[in-house]
Amino acid sequence: MTTDSKLPLLVETLTAQRDAFLSQWTRTVGEDLQGRLSLAELGRELGELYESILRALTGGDLDSHGENFAETRSLLIELSRNRARQGFTPTETARSVFSLKEVLEPTLTSDEKGAQQYLQFARLLDDLGLLTTEAYVRTREEIISAQAEQLLELSTPVVKLWDGVVGVPLVGTLDSARTQVVMEKLLQTLVDSDSTHAIIDITGVPTVDTQVAQHLLKTVVAARMMGAQCTISGIRPQIAQTIVALGIEFGDIPTNASLSDALRQALKEVAEDATEEIRGLL
Amino acid sequence: MRDYGAALASADTVSVADSSDVVSARQMVRTLAQRSGMSLVHQTKLVTAASELGRNMLVYGGGGVVRAATITEAERCGVYVEFEDRGPGIADIELALTDGWTSGSGMGLGLSGAKRLVDEFDISSGPDGTTVRILKWGR
Ligand SMILES: Nc1ncnc2c1ncn2[C@@H]1O[C@H](COP(=O)(O)OP(=O)(O)OP(=O)(O)O)[C@@H](O)[C@H]1O
Ligand SMILES: [Mg+2]
Repeated sequence: MTTDSKLPLLVETLTAQRDAFLSQWTRTVGEDLQGRLSLAELGRELGELYESILRALTGGDLDSHGENFAETRSLLIELSRNRARQGFTPTETARSVFSLKEVLEPTLTSDEKGAQQYLQFARLLDDLGLLTTEAYVRTREEIISAQAEQLLELSTPVVKLWDGVVGVPLVGTLDSARTQVVMEKLLQTLVDSDSTHAIIDITGVPTVDTQVAQHLLKTVVAARMMGAQCTISGIRPQIAQTIVALGIEFGDIPTNASLSDALRQALKEVAEDATEEIRGLL
Repeated sequence: MRDYGAALASADTVSVADSSDVVSARQMVRTLAQRSGMSLVHQTKLVTAASELGRNMLVYGGGGVVRAATITEAERCGVYVEFEDRGPGIADIELALTDGWTSGSGMGLGLSGAKRLVDEFDISSGPDGTTVRILKWGR
């Protein structure tokens, strides 16, 4: 076989003992992952990786960031992404690469020339292993920010409390992003459930400052534009005193200490509206 | 306002660079307020003031540092908080402290409201930045 490789002996050995090395590599990694990934799948993954590393080595230089290793790198990135999603740790992921060293060590280090090539190859594998960690972390970050978005959705439930009455129990802080989500959901639910009353409950909001107040007011204005009556409930005594000291005025927006008071009030109004409607028909 | 700078030798610190840091600063102040045995109403007022000043620091001062410490005197206990930014400063402090005045799209109540929520309030501002110091006693 002709090769430009800087490590001809290594390439030769990796080619000659391909099957033995690969199956041992698969077994070692399989043990490390304790059966959480099938050996068949693992074998396929590592097989592809083995081939691409071998091709890169045959091509010449040993720069893990170089052109030769482009394919290896993208395989590794894909592998790390999968592992991150499947819940494996970054250590386990990097060890999948490092363990190829263990597999090769006995064969290559039996003579000096082999040992030299082994050391160079080991350094390359270290680089490639670190690459998986980087890719792993990036994937986790993507997952976390996607979850944060989902949580934002989940933590702003808008529920139909009664016929004609929609409730929004807010928990946590109300920043601009959250307000947007709350507002959209509230308006949509008002339409979908054909409701005329909305109760925004802030029992679970620890701090009501000018920003939160401004966002609450915006939400109320939007609901009113849809023809709904809006009440803010769950104003605890310490929050009431703080709001007053800050100088915030809720204007003509009705407020209630508790959600149940607000609901009682809303139901009375819904009933009155209905009576009026019937009277109008008669 | 008296100089409480010495108390900051053992201060807790939060650097504010985005809005989640304002939440952290708020939490730090709440923890100290609870530790000093402050009533719930006082705690809430102090934390809300910290929220206003922390956000001003972020929005107008480009971020900065919040330092807080408990103050213990013979008869009373309180929490001292300092907000320091290196922003453009406030040209007219009196105007900025006017209820309803905002240079942006806020309610213009943060600064004046924060002052009302605490017992001692001090602001100094120049082209190198703004520092606001507040103190709230436990009862
Ligand atoms: N740290 C700061 N650096 C520079 N300018 C500031 C700073 N803090 C406040 N200001 C100025 O003072 C004005 C009033 O502040 P204040 O907090 O009272 O109102 P606001 O932030 O505009 O609205 P909000 O009611 O939402 O707080 C601000 O609009 C801003 O121009
Ligand atoms: Mg403000």
